[in-house]
Amino acid sequence: MSIQPQMPKVWRTETKPHKFCPGCGHPLVLKALGEAIEELGIQDKAVFGCDIGCSLLAWDFFNVDSVQTHHGRTTPVITGVKRANPDVIGIAYMGDGGGYAIGSQHLVNAAARNEKITVILVNNVQYAMTGGQMAPTTLPGQKTETTPYGRDVNAQGYPTLGPEMVSAITREGAYVARGTVANLRQLKRFIKNALQNQIEGNGFSFVEALSLCPTNWRTNAEQTWKFVEEDMAQYFKVGELKPLGEKKEG
Amino acid sequence: MAEKPIQGEKRAFMTGNEVVAWAALAAGADIMYGYPITPQNEIMHYWTRLAPKYGRSFLQTEDEISAGFTCVGGVLAGKRAFTATAGPGNTLMQESMSMAEMMRLPTVLVVCQRGGPSTATVIYSQQEVTMTCFGGNGEGFRIVYSTSGQQDLFDYTIKAFNTAWKYRFPTFVLGDGYQSKMRESVTIYDPEARGIKMVPTEPYVGKSGMPGVDRDPSHLRNTYNMEDELYEVVMEIKKEYERVAPEIVEYQEFDTEDAEVLVVAHGVVSRAVQGAVKALRKEGIKAGHFRPITLRPFPVEQLKAAAGKAKNVLIVESSVGQLEKIVKHSVYGLTTPITNYFKPGEGVTVEEVVEQVRRLV
Repeated sequence: MSIQPQMPKVWRTETKPHKFCPGCGHPLVLKALGEAIEELGIQDKAVFGCDIGCSLLAWDFFNVDSVQTHHGRTTPVITGVKRANPDVIGIAYMGDGGGYAIGSQHLVNAAARNEKITVILVNNVQYAMTGGQMAPTTLPGQKTETTPYGRDVNAQGYPTLGPEMVSAITREGAYVARGTVANLRQLKRFIKNALQNQIEGNGFSFVEALSLCPTNWRTNAEQTWKFVEEDMAQYFKVGELKPLGEKKEG
Repeated sequence: MAEKPIQGEKRAFMTGNEVVAWAALAAGADIMYGYPITPQNEIMHYWTRLAPKYGRSFLQTEDEISAGFTCVGGVLAGKRAFTATAGPGNTLMQESMSMAEMMRLPTVLVVCQRGGPSTATVIYSQQEVTMTCFGGNGEGFRIVYSTSGQQDLFDYTIKAFNTAWKYRFPTFVLGDGYQSKMRESVTIYDPEARGIKMVPTEPYVGKSGMPGVDRDPSHLRNTYNMEDELYEVVMEIKKEYERVAPEIVEYQEFDTEDAEVLVVAHGVVSRAVQGAVKALRKEGIKAGHFRPITLRPFPVEQLKAAAGKAKNVLIVESSVGQLEKIVKHSVYGLTTPITNYFKPGEGVTVEEVVEQVRRLV
């Protein structure tokens, strides 16, 4: 008899096994999110929105009302839902392309308006679904399909520091953190805090999750983990930039 | 609960933008999402002044892409949500409207056409016909009402919410800068006083009950992995669109019965044509006018019948053939000669139409 791992009730077993590549970071982030939703008891209130890119594969992942939208447009769709029905807990789930490139104006303005929604952005330093092109977060020197000789910061600029940007443009009521799939308990705590912040009606909540792409990174298991734990974590500092309940003078 | 915005009926002297705001209020619209662009701005101005008195909401977004998608979100939450735009803003909103087309979301978008292409003028045109009817990547499964003045703007803004929620297709009220900015007499009313029942709304997401326990979760998507999967979805939408089209189609005919020259025009241009037909009839010239009110779906059969009886068809529009394309497509096979009078971004007068018709007889 095999022992089945414990899964949260919001995990929709009918749609499992999921469609992400083996070794992908999304299922880890989604598991942390699922547990957070369950522990906070918000399954009946949560509205989960996902973007284009690998995140769209989560459209039927949970026993939670979900809507999959266009590239970069998940933040406005969830904003629209939340503005029309403030009782829901709106979760916008996207990748680094959706949040920092095509949808950056929506992220910036939703943060600046202190929209009472939770944005979870999975950072795998590239466009994965379209075949591994450069993203705003691609590391200096990193090879992708559109930076075959490595990202040259003189030509392509430096990687976007998302939580740092969101932290800089938000005032009191915001929650901002960066976690990693290499430390799931901590990531879950950050996601839970981000949702708690919305439940309390404080304001905009943002969590970036450093994640894996063993397919387009062209790495083996060992190198993949090394890349996320060492290379990425060196550039993208993990931690809470705006902790829960912190009140700053405006 | 706040009192009704309009009790019974009232005569008013208003700009088109003011009329739209009052109509949306009277229709029970819950929330407007908007982004400033001329000539649509006063819809937001009036809405933001009136809405809080009646418990309605407003969000000014960062751009039209966001206004369109937040409007989609409002509809997903089950609210009578709407937005308004023009020109380049209409271009940006096509992205969200194609999502509404795919997911059958009853979005309501008021378009106040301005000159084009690009930024062009902020005044007037009929150059957003193609984009409003067929914009976005898709087949144009949407409903477009072309209004000709303040009364239309009031009637069809209310109607747009009902058509959208009854048939679940994105619905557009296609006005223009003239109508937006000019002031004219209009009767505004509480829909109930006219026996108009507002179609109830319901949420797509955030429904009551525990998803996965009491009910299935809503899982909405617009991405399909397989060709045949998408084929089925699109063909199902097509089937439904064609089924309901005869119920939705609207048009007006003026002296078409014995008309030798049939003038086809829509929107505010129709008013110049109506004036021309009256003047020509006085001279003994048998002119008639066919005005499509719905540009999507188009009154194909009705136009064919009217055009088939005429010796000449004249298309008058304030663009270079956007209506003509639809007309020619609709009357394919008829041998009646078709000529046109195009004035992109300019108004059309009664005298001009009279002269054009005289040329043909």
